[in-house]
Amino acid sequence: MNGMKHIIMSAVVACFAQTAVAERADGDAERGENVYKKCSSCHKVGDGARNRVGPQLNLLFQRPAGSIEGYKYSNSMLRAGADGLVWDYTSLDTYLENPKSLISKTRMNFRGLKDADDRADVMAYLRQFSDNPANIPEASPTFVGTDHSVDPEILALQGDPEYGEYLSSECVSCHQIDGADTGIPSITNWPTEDFVVAMHAYKDEKRIHPVMQMMAGRLSAEEIAGLAAYFEKVGE
Amino acid sequence: MKLNRRNFIGSAAAVSATLSAPMVMAGSHGKPKVVVIGGGAGGATVARYLAKDSKGAIDVTLVEPTRNYYTCFFSNLYIGGFREFSSIGHTYGKLAAEYGINVIHDWAIGVDRDAKTVTLAGGGTLPYDRLVLSPGIDFKEGAVPGWDVSAQQKMPHAYKAGSQTQLLKAQLEAMPQGGTFAMVAPPNPFRCPPGPYERVSMVAHHLKTNNPTGKILVLDPKPKFSKQALFQEGWTNHYDGMIDWVGPDFGGDKVEVRPDAMEVVIDGEVTKVDVCNVIPAMKAGKIAEIAGVTNEAGWAPVHAATMATKADENIHVLGDSSAQGDMPKSGFAANSQAKVAAMAIRGALTGSKVFPAKFTNTCWSLIDTDDGIKVGASYEATDEKIAKTDGFISKTGEDAALRKATYEESVGWYDGITSDMFG
Repeated sequence: MNGMKHIIMSAVVACFAQTAVAERADGDAERGENVYKKCSSCHKVGDGARNRVGPQLNLLFQRPAGSIEGYKYSNSMLRAGADGLVWDYTSLDTYLENPKSLISKTRMNFRGLKDADDRADVMAYLRQFSDNPANIPEASPTFVGTDHSVDPEILALQGDPEYGEYLSSECVSCHQIDGADTGIPSITNWPTEDFVVAMHAYKDEKRIHPVMQMMAGRLSAEEIAGLAAYFEKVGE
Repeated sequence: MKLNRRNFIGSAAAVSATLSAPMVMAGSHGKPKVVVIGGGAGGATVARYLAKDSKGAIDVTLVEPTRNYYTCFFSNLYIGGFREFSSIGHTYGKLAAEYGINVIHDWAIGVDRDAKTVTLAGGGTLPYDRLVLSPGIDFKEGAVPGWDVSAQQKMPHAYKAGSQTQLLKAQLEAMPQGGTFAMVAPPNPFRCPPGPYERVSMVAHHLKTNNPTGKILVLDPKPKFSKQALFQEGWTNHYDGMIDWVGPDFGGDKVEVRPDAMEVVIDGEVTKVDVCNVIPAMKAGKIAEIAGVTNEAGWAPVHAATMATKADENIHVLGDSSAQGDMPKSGFAANSQAKVAAMAIRGALTGSKVFPAKFTNTCWSLIDTDDGIKVGASYEATDEKIAKTDGFISKTGEDAALRKATYEESVGWYDGITSDMFG
């Protein structure tokens, strides 16, 4: 079974190798910065950008898939990297169009950018943070917690993971603890800060999902911190 | 129990293993024992959480007659052709192998509340410190004149998933062109409030493709039903003119059926039908009645904070069988109640910490391809009942992308809750 996947993946990689450089290396970076807003709640890029829900995206071009130290990738992504998948215009274009068509079990919960211009533009924007022309990213990193600002006192709360484990029994009626994410996003192994920001965004009704607004609405800041502490480490 | 050397050593070991716990109420037979009857959303969940969270300190036995359990939730999607039958089937292998639960495939037929034992149809007897009943629903006899369980082959209820669901789907597929599918809907309260209306939608979806001149006749004793505006909007959008819903104003509450003749009599008027899905009035699963914990209406009143019955503090009732207050009878609700009960039982038997009870429910329904809707609420335990604190419902006129996302969310939820139940 594993061998089979291996062969398919190698074939995919070979395909990319043949087309070498993609047809669309001509995107509009300024427009791409705007498209990137769809990515920026999970991915940071720019000077000092750190891994968040997703890995940081500096020096993305020519980076082997699944290769950032300290970021917890899906096994699918690690396998793709081991099989030789490298991010370039062609592979990124395919991945961004429909992430799960390339990496079937990627943890990236994103439907994809269907518009080829959007993809070309966002790649042009990200290209600025890669080797040649810009070896070292100079722009400031995309703002942490872009979709909602949370009181620093709340962010500083140290959650009790044991309490979080108890509270998590409500979450796992829908969200699977092993990180599977068909239809319902994975919340496993998020950085605590992102978890807390997302939950407070629901609580404050800035994020609009009705179930999550209801769930977060009755959780206290301590309870959210506890859940964040539990989900950060679960399964490790 | 007579004290001998073996059980003395056993008790000493048990005490030293649990020194950190503030109290141990294990009675005279070593590890505390919990027997769970019914392996659905309530029973499988409570068994799994008790075993998982007590880390072996509680001896958990799960009694469930079937080896292959089919979930009622998503069984309508099988009828509509959106799921394979095998995709709603589950087994108990992981609960036994990975969680150490003693899974017994048998019927519980008796409860001795004084001796604290359960009798099995196969002849066994199970002692318990706490008993959890999660037996789902049974049908009230004589609820629909002309129908009893002996008629369920001709007029299936398909309201306990399994062979009945397969039978109803086969009858639907064999229905003659232009024929009539009738449903006798149940009065409140009943399992899965949107269930009959999602089923109507799924039957309509099948007919639209395979039998476009077919008709659906819904005979309903209730003047209104769950998510009514959403369903009726969807029926107009997708199945215009196919579905005739007859409420109590037009005789939906005065229905008799004649299974041998395949007729329904609506307020005295005889109508010939080709398929007839009779969903009678419901009551708690029989074992709850046998245990003597049900009320006159046929349900088991429970304390909200623990799900322990008002009749017996050592017996808990979960899910459809319980009379708990504001929660609907749903798989999601039973799963939610099971976690509260598991926490309360562990607290009582091993002294583990008990946090305030919280409950949630969401019910998704599918109207047609990629047209999903949902309703949900959160709840808390008061002295009187499980009380609703907040809620939401899908809106009419939502765009297609949101409806598709709602459906996809329900598919994700199915995977989530079934792994939460069966490991």
